Amino acid sequence: MTFGVRSARVRYGDRTAVDDVSVELDAGSVTAVVGGDGAGKTTLLRALVREVALDGGTVTAPDKDRLGYLPASSGSWAGLTVAQNIDFVGGVFGLAGEALAARRAELLAAAGLTAAVDRPASQLSGGMRRKLGFCMAMVHEPALLVLDEPSTGIDPVSRIDLWRLISETAARGAAVVMSTTYLDEAERAARLLVLDRGRALVQGSYDEVRAGFVGTITRDRAAVRPHWSWRRGRERREYWPDADQPAGQAVVEPDLEDIVVALSLAARNREGAAT
Amino acid sequence: MSRRDTSRDTSRDTSRSLLRATSVTHRFGDLVAVDDVSMHVEPGEVVGLLGANGAGKTTLIRMLLGLLATSEGEVVVLGGPPDRARRRRLGYVPQNLGLYRDLTAEENLTFIARAYAAARPVLPPDLAAYAGVLVGDLPLGIQRQVAFVAALCHAPEVLLLDEPTSGVDALSGTRLWDTIRAESDTGVGVLVTTHNMQEAEQCDRLLLMSDGKVVAQGSEGDVIGDTTAIAVHTDDWARTFAALNAAGQPVVLDGRAVRVADGHVARLEQILAAEGITARLEPVPATIEERMLVLARGEADTS
Repeated sequence: MTFGVRSARVRYGDRTAVDDVSVELDAGSVTAVVGGDGAGKTTLLRALVREVALDGGTVTAPDKDRLGYLPASSGSWAGLTVAQNIDFVGGVFGLAGEALAARRAELLAAAGLTAAVDRPASQLSGGMRRKLGFCMAMVHEPALLVLDEPSTGIDPVSRIDLWRLISETAARGAAVVMSTTYLDEAERAARLLVLDRGRALVQGSYDEVRAGFVGTITRDRAAVRPHWSWRRGRERREYWPDADQPAGQAVVEPDLEDIVVALSLAARNREGAAT
Repeated sequence: MSRRDTSRDTSRDTSRSLLRATSVTHRFGDLVAVDDVSMHVEPGEVVGLLGANGAGKTTLIRMLLGLLATSEGEVVVLGGPPDRARRRRLGYVPQNLGLYRDLTAEENLTFIARAYAAARPVLPPDLAAYAGVLVGDLPLGIQRQVAFVAALCHAPEVLLLDEPTSGVDALSGTRLWDTIRAESDTGVGVLVTTHNMQEAEQCDRLLLMSDGKVVAQGSEGDVIGDTTAIAVHTDDWARTFAALNAAGQPVVLDGRAVRVADGHVARLEQILAAEGITARLEPVPATIEERMLVLARGEADTS
């Protein structure tokens, strides 16, 4: 089963938060939605879980009882213990008694939270709290799992652990979509969608994105065309969208960060030229 | 796995160091939060401080700022102890930015400049349009730029930045680094604490802390050392993943392959053979995150 959105458009007043975005979410794979603050990630994910209505386009998603969602804000109740948080959500989905206890034990063991079962959520570290939110979104074994920035602000060791949980969910056959601001996470997903100011800047597997990138990126101490350049360490990178780069400059094999910055610059420079 | 000699100090002359810690230790009761750490930040240098939660980064920073006394060792900031007068010559941008969300960008700058007895800074042209907007209503990337303008208003000689580009898009991130580099080019020393590997790559030199100690320093390659991860290439990633995960291996998905952060080829082959899975195992250089995971697992084994 493939879920996703087609030609999705969402407006807030006169601002278009998501503009003609399409993405397919396959069972058994992880899709990463990448972008900064204001790119439209949260709006797109909320449209998928039907918390936001589309102004255009279509959503294909399972019913609530097969849909798991971890919002960007916490996702758990601070005053409840780890067990109470899981049990509450489990109850909403009709789990009770031994079935609930077994599911809770399984989830907490996988997340490494067994020892914290009686601790209030308010006393968990940021990484543990995100893992608890993940467990709550997974209680009812959803066919589509939607995670809004599960790894933002948590430490690298917890982040690897969370990525292991996400991988496990996909390995069991669920479609997983997660938003992130970390490009290295997006590189590891089966498919990535880069959003920039509500629009899809680029999408596909990381290999497809690299293969489809047009133009050349060079590096030097100073830029020839400042509007086409950006900082990377002590050097500057510069994007040459056509085959026009000057001879004698070092050409880099672009990584995802180079590609995303280059395409963002191209979008802005095109707009600048049009006005 | 060999451990690198991290006691070696790579700089020739540290007499001009803007920040210098020499064998500093801080104990909270029986807990040694920072354990015999030596580090320094030179003029014009951008140093990245990495480590998992609880590694001791925050305690070290608080000692450098003079907000926490050292149990042992010495901290020298701008040539002397980190007292109030020297602290005024530092600039700090915390992760939550330290701006008042219910004041406008301009009102924030006026307030912060007064606190430092500095002239109110002028917003750069690309931010001028946001002067009268409440900070809480600004996009995060713009809020971060305003926080930088505020932190720089008293011309600090050292900048301490906590995940300076976290949460912003890649292009806005490179613009913030332009600002940071413009400062370091004039001789300002910058210490960046980060969890973000894109930020780590922007630094001149990295320090990796684990369990209160500096366990590696230098370039990204130096910090990773000879730690390797293992890429497992198979036709059936889902089954491979499930088998390795069930065996307690720190396994993650990597595109259509799986990757084990801290594994031994022979052990992985054994696990996969028992499940009848054919796979090609390829040792690959670890990422900095994987290096941190290996360190964390090492601590768990020894404690």
